Amino acid sequence: MQKLISWVDERLPIVDAWNKHLAKYYAPKNFNAWYFFGSLAMLVLVNQLVTGIWLTMSYNPTSEGAFASVEYIMRDVEWGWLLRYLHSTGASAFFIVVYLHMFRGLMYGSYQKPRELIWLFGMLIYLALMAEAFMGYLLPWGQMSYWGAQVIVNLFGAIPVIGDDLSLWVRGDYLISGITLNRFFALHVVALPIVLLALVVLHILALHEVGSNNPDGIEIKKNKDENGIPKDGIPFHPYYSVHDLLGVAVFFFIFFVVVFYFPEVGGLFLEKPNFEPANPLKTPAHIAPVWYFTPFYAMLRAVTLELFGLPAKFWGVVVMGGAIAILFVLPWLDRSPVRSIRYKGWLSKIALAVFAVSFVVLGYLGLVPATEGRTMVAQILTAVYFLYFILMPFYTRIEKTKPVPERVTG
Amino acid sequence: MRKLIFGLFIAFLPALGLAAGGAASLDAFESDHSDKASLQRGVATFTNYCMGCHSMEYARYKRVADDLEIPAELYEENLIFTGAKIGELMKNSMNKDMAADWFGAPPPDLTLETRLRGEAWVYSYLRGFYKDETRPFGVNNVVFPLVGMPHVLVGLQGLCAVEPHIGVEASVEPLSGSINNADVCPEYAIEGSMTGAEFDQAMYDLTNFMSYMADPVKLERERLGIFVLIFVAIFFVFAYLLNREYWKDVH
Repeated sequence: MQKLISWVDERLPIVDAWNKHLAKYYAPKNFNAWYFFGSLAMLVLVNQLVTGIWLTMSYNPTSEGAFASVEYIMRDVEWGWLLRYLHSTGASAFFIVVYLHMFRGLMYGSYQKPRELIWLFGMLIYLALMAEAFMGYLLPWGQMSYWGAQVIVNLFGAIPVIGDDLSLWVRGDYLISGITLNRFFALHVVALPIVLLALVVLHILALHEVGSNNPDGIEIKKNKDENGIPKDGIPFHPYYSVHDLLGVAVFFFIFFVVVFYFPEVGGLFLEKPNFEPANPLKTPAHIAPVWYFTPFYAMLRAVTLELFGLPAKFWGVVVMGGAIAILFVLPWLDRSPVRSIRYKGWLSKIALAVFAVSFVVLGYLGLVPATEGRTMVAQILTAVYFLYFILMPFYTRIEKTKPVPERVTG
Repeated sequence: MRKLIFGLFIAFLPALGLAAGGAASLDAFESDHSDKASLQRGVATFTNYCMGCHSMEYARYKRVADDLEIPAELYEENLIFTGAKIGELMKNSMNKDMAADWFGAPPPDLTLETRLRGEAWVYSYLRGFYKDETRPFGVNNVVFPLVGMPHVLVGLQGLCAVEPHIGVEASVEPLSGSINNADVCPEYAIEGSMTGAEFDQAMYDLTNFMSYMADPVKLERERLGIFVLIFVAIFFVFAYLLNREYWKDVH
């Protein structure tokens, strides 16, 4: 074995890579439970890739055969039901762990200098993930697949001048059709997974270059012992590899409870109208995207204002796009001298709490039919969402921060 | 044009939402896929009364026979009317275009109906027909107003003269001791071959069968789930102990 390793190592630096990324990658020793979600996102990604490959073997990407082939997978393919529920539950689980992972970053200032690129690659992953989920959702070719795609692709039509041609170009047809299904299938199973994997590699390479942040927001590399090893650092392997197993076990327990007992989660993970094949002539009574898009969908619907002769729908799209775009510049909005919420002032703490609540409530509002009252709440919360970012340069600078300790705590 | 349609759609969203929210109340339903006798009675009713118009084209006869413990020969002789082989999908021979002419819309495939509309909805709908001379088939339904389907089970249930009481619990009148709403239909225009209770049971079996068809792997899935969760729990114990062993020397 040792001989084989050295034979390969003389030709490919595997020992070097192992040490750089695992055995001698020093991570802060004070990670808490929030630090599970990065590795869990990787786990779910692998789940999606593996189950996705097997689903592709039995799936039929045509408008005539797609719906029936999904039921074929559910009924006739050996363990097909398990593959499909693992994949459909995995999609929602992916967003849950990614949202928690991002919230961790917000809490502990993990996007601050020198980790701006990690944040940017992470945001690109989030963007690719949304595209991946959106296109994957069309594939079962149920009513909600169809009409969800119809509504979202029509959003491109809101762009002045080129809008209609653009949405026509995206669909490849005048309405969502088998042509759209085929291209979404190609993007979902080939193009976007490659992009996702490449971005994940970049995300991790950038992380391992500057090192991990921690709940105290302290740079552990500032305190090194005589061997050049951070005093507060421990090798990722074996310490965090065995530690992450705990997270994996807890995650799997919850994940499998859903897969085996509540695969629909009351219409949240699998929406009820999707048990009916797509019908271009019959609009469902209530079209709602899957839960992970609903905060942005609520913002889209909240905009009811016509401005500069452009329809409200256009401004809704602008707001929705802006809500995602503004996340990209986050590293340059935070002017606080400290990273972690533990040492920031009460303004930052309140801002983060209010932001989190407004995001969750917007998610709920995007799920239910709009009423006048709900639209007003959505408008206020959309403003709150943006104010969290727009006001950040001010409240992070004027607030009084607590002194940051030299070494990590607990 | 598309913009207009989209705009209209957005404009009507709230109204549509309200319409969906104001649905009739339903009778509660709890499926039991382990009750093979109920499922067997259900498949008999479905095949004899429903399948002439409604296919279950995502499922196969063989799977139903196996899961419901009906011998294959018995199933082929009594429950396949189209001459299909037992390994085939449960289609029917009704022409969809002609059906659309007869009923306004072709009768939908029912494989996934209980997952689409809910078990309680199907159970209530099946018992919700009543006499209404203004409708083309002389019947209407309290759960699905202006429904295009005739009351196929009229021979069993009879025809209710007034709107049946769906979503109303049976109760005992305290003074007289008489039972209210024991039967969903208080007054029949045509008597059927079954009593109210017998018909309710038959519809329970039918809905139970449809619930099984929508999710045939449910029993097996829930059985397996226990072993998977036990495995993960044991894995957690070992992961916990391993983690504790390694982290002993981190201070």
